Parts: sequence; C-alpha cells; structure tokens
Amino acid sequence: MSRADRAFVLGTGALAALVPVSLAGVALLLLIDALPAVRAYGLSFLVTTRWDPVHLVFGAGAYVYGTLVTTALAVLLAAPVAVAAAVFLTEYAPVRLRAPLAFVIELLAYVPSIVYGLWGLFVLVPFLRTTVDPALQALTAPIPLVGGLFAGRIVGLDLFTGGVILAVMILPILLAVSREVLLAVPPTQREAMLALGATRWEAVSRAVLPLARPGIVGAAVLGVARAFGETMAVTLVVGNSSTAITGSLFTPGYTMASAIANQFTEADSELYFSAIVEIALVLLVVALVVNTAARLLISRTAVSMAGQTL
Amino acid sequence: MRSGALITGLALAGLIAAACGGAGPSPGGAPQATAASACFPVSGACPEEARGLDGAGATFPAVIYTRWISEYEKVTGVRVNYQSIGSGGGIKSISDRTLDFGATDGPMTDEQLAAAKGPMVHVPMVMGAVVPTYNLASVEQTLRFTPEALAGIFLGEIARWNDPRIASANPGVTLPDADITVVHRSDGSGTTYIWVDYLSKVSPAWASKVGRGTSVSWPVGVGGKGNEGVAGAVKQTPNSIGYVELIYAIQQKLPAGQVRNSSGAFVAPDLDSVSKAAEGVTLAPDLRASITDPGNAAAYPIAGFTWLLAYAEMPDRAKALALTRYMWWALHDGQRYAKDLGYAPLPADVVELASAKVRSITSGGKAVLPAR
Repeated sequence: MSRADRAFVLGTGALAALVPVSLAGVALLLLIDALPAVRAYGLSFLVTTRWDPVHLVFGAGAYVYGTLVTTALAVLLAAPVAVAAAVFLTEYAPVRLRAPLAFVIELLAYVPSIVYGLWGLFVLVPFLRTTVDPALQALTAPIPLVGGLFAGRIVGLDLFTGGVILAVMILPILLAVSREVLLAVPPTQREAMLALGATRWEAVSRAVLPLARPGIVGAAVLGVARAFGETMAVTLVVGNSSTAITGSLFTPGYTMASAIANQFTEADSELYFSAIVEIALVLLVVALVVNTAARLLISRTAVSMAGQTL
Repeated sequence: MRSGALITGLALAGLIAAACGGAGPSPGGAPQATAASACFPVSGACPEEARGLDGAGATFPAVIYTRWISEYEKVTGVRVNYQSIGSGGGIKSISDRTLDFGATDGPMTDEQLAAAKGPMVHVPMVMGAVVPTYNLASVEQTLRFTPEALAGIFLGEIARWNDPRIASANPGVTLPDADITVVHRSDGSGTTYIWVDYLSKVSPAWASKVGRGTSVSWPVGVGGKGNEGVAGAVKQTPNSIGYVELIYAIQQKLPAGQVRNSSGAFVAPDLDSVSKAAEGVTLAPDLRASITDPGNAAAYPIAGFTWLLAYAEMPDRAKALALTRYMWWALHDGQRYAKDLGYAPLPADVVELASAKVRSITSGGKAVLPAR
C-alpha cells in the first residue's frame, strides 16, 4: 500500500469507529448518571409503581406497564393490516399502481411524530371518545375477560388511544419491510405452485407467506422497537397519569419515553434526575436488543430464500 | 421627534460613558468610584461591565425576560443570553456555576442551597398567577371555587360536578350531574409549583398526601404537556377542570374560575388582583417567599414570584457589575413591560426589598452597586 492508501484506510477506519464508540459513550454516560437510582432501588425500580418526586420515591412500574401495553396494542393492530396490504401490493395490485402506492405509504414514515401527535390530539381523540370507545365498551361489556379491557370512564386520553396512534405510526415501516420481504420471495416459488394448479390465494398462503414469515416477524419486531421509543405523539394522547393500573385500556397511562420527555427538565434533585436517566438506560438496552433480534430475523429470511433459488 | 430623542439619549449615554471611563479607577478600587453616575442608576453603557451575560432557567417568565433583554441591550449594549430550559435546569446550571445567573419559579430548597458553590440570593422579578379553567357546556356563569372544593377535586374526593361542596359556592348555577375529569401538567413546571403550594396551604390532606413541588404524584386525572396541553385537554374533554397560567388563560380566552381568598371574598384573577397578593405581605428575609393564600382581602390567592438566582459573592467584577445593573434595571424600568405581556408587576414594597438584595451582591467582598 502506498502512503496515501494507508492514510485513507486509517482515516475512514477512524470515522467508522466513531459510531460504535459514541454509542458506547452514551451507554456509559447513562450508566454513570443512573447509578444513584440503581443503587437505591435495584431491580425493584422496574416493578414498583409509586413515582413521587416530592417524597423522593421512584418506581417506574407504571411507565413500564404503559409502554408494554401501548406497544403490544400497536403491533397487534398494525401487523395484520400491514401484512394484508403488503400482500395486496405485491401479489394483486395492478402492476402500474404498485410503485406509486408503495411510495405514498413510505412517505407516511417520514411524517414528523409531533404532527401525528397533534393529529391524534385534535382528530383521533375526539373521534375515539365519542364513537369508537363507547361502541367497543358496549360490544365487549357482556364478554367476561375482554369486557374488563374496555371498562371504566371514557376520557379519550388513555392507553388505548396511545396504542392506536402508535399503530398508525409503525404501519409504514411494517408495511415497507413486509413488502420488501414478500418481493424477495423468488418468483419460481409462486410459479411452481401455480403450475401445480394452485389458485392465486393458495400460492400466496402456502408458498409465499411461509417463506416470508421470519422476515414478517422481523418487521413486527422493528415496529416494536419504534413503538417502544416513540415519545412526542404518545405523550400528547396517552393521558400521562401513573396513578392507576386497572387492566382497562381506557385508563390514562404513561410510557417510559413520555416520562423522560415530561420530567427531565425539572428533575431538580440528584435521585430524581438519576431515576429519569435509569429509564433512558432501560429504553436504550431494550432498543438495542430488539433491533438486533429484528435484524437477525430479517437477514435469516434473506439467506434462506437465497438458498431456495438455488 | 422620537429619533431625535433617541439620538440625544445616545449622545448623553456616550458622554456619561466617557466620564465613567475617564474616572479610571484602578481594578479593585473603591466600589463607590466605579459606580459613578454613568453606571448607576442604569442609564447607558458602563465601560467596566462585562459585555455579555449568560443565564438559563424557568420557562414561565421567558416572554418578559426576552423583552427585557432586547430593551436592555438598546439601553446599555449588554447582551444577555437567556435559555428557557426549565427551573430545574436553571437551578442546576447556577449551582454548578456554569452560567452567570439562573431563574426559577419555585424557590431553591435548603438542600439545594447547601449543595451550591457558595451562598446565593433569590431576587423576585415579576409575578404570575395560576387559574382554574374548566369545560362545562351547560354552565354560562363564571364558577366560584372555595379552597376546599379545589383541593377536594384534585384529591379525587369530589368526583362529581353537582357535589354540594362545589354547588354551595355557586347559588343559581345548575351544575351537571357528571363525573369531573381532572387535568394537570405532565411536565415539571413552576405553574404546578404555585398550584400545589396553594393546595398544600389550604388543605392538610393535600399537604400530607401529595405535598409541593414542580412535579408531584397526582392522585387523579390526566396530564397534558405545557399550558397548551392542559388547555387542549380541557377544551376537548367535557366536564373537565385543569389549571393554567393566568397569562395563557387571558390570551386563549379560557374560562377562569374565581377563587375564595383567606378573607372570604371570591376574587377573579387579573393582573391587579395578582399584584395585590404580594402587597403588604411580610416576606422572609431571603425572599424565598411563597405568597399563595395571602392575607390581603383584594388578592387573588394563587399567585407567585419568579426569581433570578445569583451568587452573593461574584469574583468576576465585570460580570457582577453587568448582572447587578441588569437586575436593577429590570426591577425598576423593566416592570412597565409586565402588564402588556400578561405578567403582574411587583408591588413597590417588594421592588424595594428586591433592590436591597441586588445591592447586597459583592465582588471581592465589596458591594458592586453603591449603597444609595
């Protein structure tokens, strides 16, 4: 290698190293700042629910609960829609429409989250409160366990609304990834099924979807990762109340990311500040784990399909 | 005409500045000599002061601070940089001495003062108030609230609008037989501090269960981020009640309830009734005074100061001079901008006390502003 080559390799290598180094730096900083809270509460921090800045008692249980519930709801609502739409876009839609439709859907992914939040607060909340929520409540009331999910007073700012807005927000990424995965299924698989006399639907459900399944799961996991850390939009509609865990989706709730956004600026005692930072640390760890899992699943699909083509 | 006056003013300021510079006191010289007529009272540039100041803190006074800063730069050429990062951030910055001054809506606690890098002073700058706002489609009259009703509603003990504890203060008003939805701030805020400080004073149950702070553990209700979040939730949720800054309620034309003060009078919140809250009140010597639930019969009872925080001893004399001059100007000339911007000006006796605090700031052990 010439001297210039060596300098170039060193330079680009150093720049590439910046990314993992800064990630490690962030994690280290969070860990240091979170230490007082970690020492004070240990693992019980994640399950106790009293969060009282006045008396300096901090348990993030209600935030963890709210995050898990809204995220689960979002994926449950968004995943079937995303997969169905992806199947339509790749298998059934007129070829001329496929690209423009996919483009529009991907545009949705670039809408800033505060815009979703304001739309949620001014359009979605009144709509859910006056129309969807009462209907759901009336419909499910006689069913034993399910009725409990939709019981209680309807305010409109609650875990359910938080889950719905998250579903809308993660839909584009779920759809885009699902569509990519379906497109990656080798055409030979469809053609083979069709040649055996299968209908279009049989080809999709027996050949295409089973092959694409790990990738679709990966898409759902990516959706989980996005929903987990989403802040602004949820904060505006989730109710921001950590007082009650009732089991009903119509209770105002709180997510971990909202707790950070809401309380960080005025966290004026060391323990309070540290407790907020510990929430951030937990979010970071979960995000890393979930994203890694999603990547593994999606790449495994790609590998297995590459195998199929041969 | 106006520009003529301006030019005369500038010329005057220049002359005075020259005179001040000409006096040429040696560094660390007698403070009385530095504070020649040019530098005090504040009427123009002062050559010995720092050209810039950095501060950060409370969001509530950010509007008037921004106005003061632009007006003050016209007068003295000193550029003050203020970042409204929240009271907590303001306290943290000044405690670490990373900035020249801090700002807060809730006074620093004894522990925070002990943790700071030196003795600090609280200087009240202007006043604000917090008002109950509500959404009751069927009610046209302005509602009146007793302290017991407000505490009961926010504790969750009063759950319905037609509760006798609300109705008894509102004869002739038909209150709906409906659940009350409480809306509070979700973010830490000086507005919350004033509100819960008041509730703590009027309700022993509130004081023991919840207490006071910029964030508290709310017994009931939903949280909205910022005044706009609370107002938005109240506007959208039938039969709800929340609290917002007076200035925000005025700007947005939100219904604001009257509150019964300690003399038994129901008082509507406006800038005059808010200023009254600090009139004739005996303040603690360090001015970390809570003025909610005051004795004045004409006062709206849910009001509070917002403070600038500075070190009582500032080693950098140029900075000390710039900061004390700025605070002095804001306490005197600056007060006239308050009402237009929706803040209540400080009453004269508080201006007097606050000015004494500013004079007490020293550099190298010597007063920065002249004694009189």
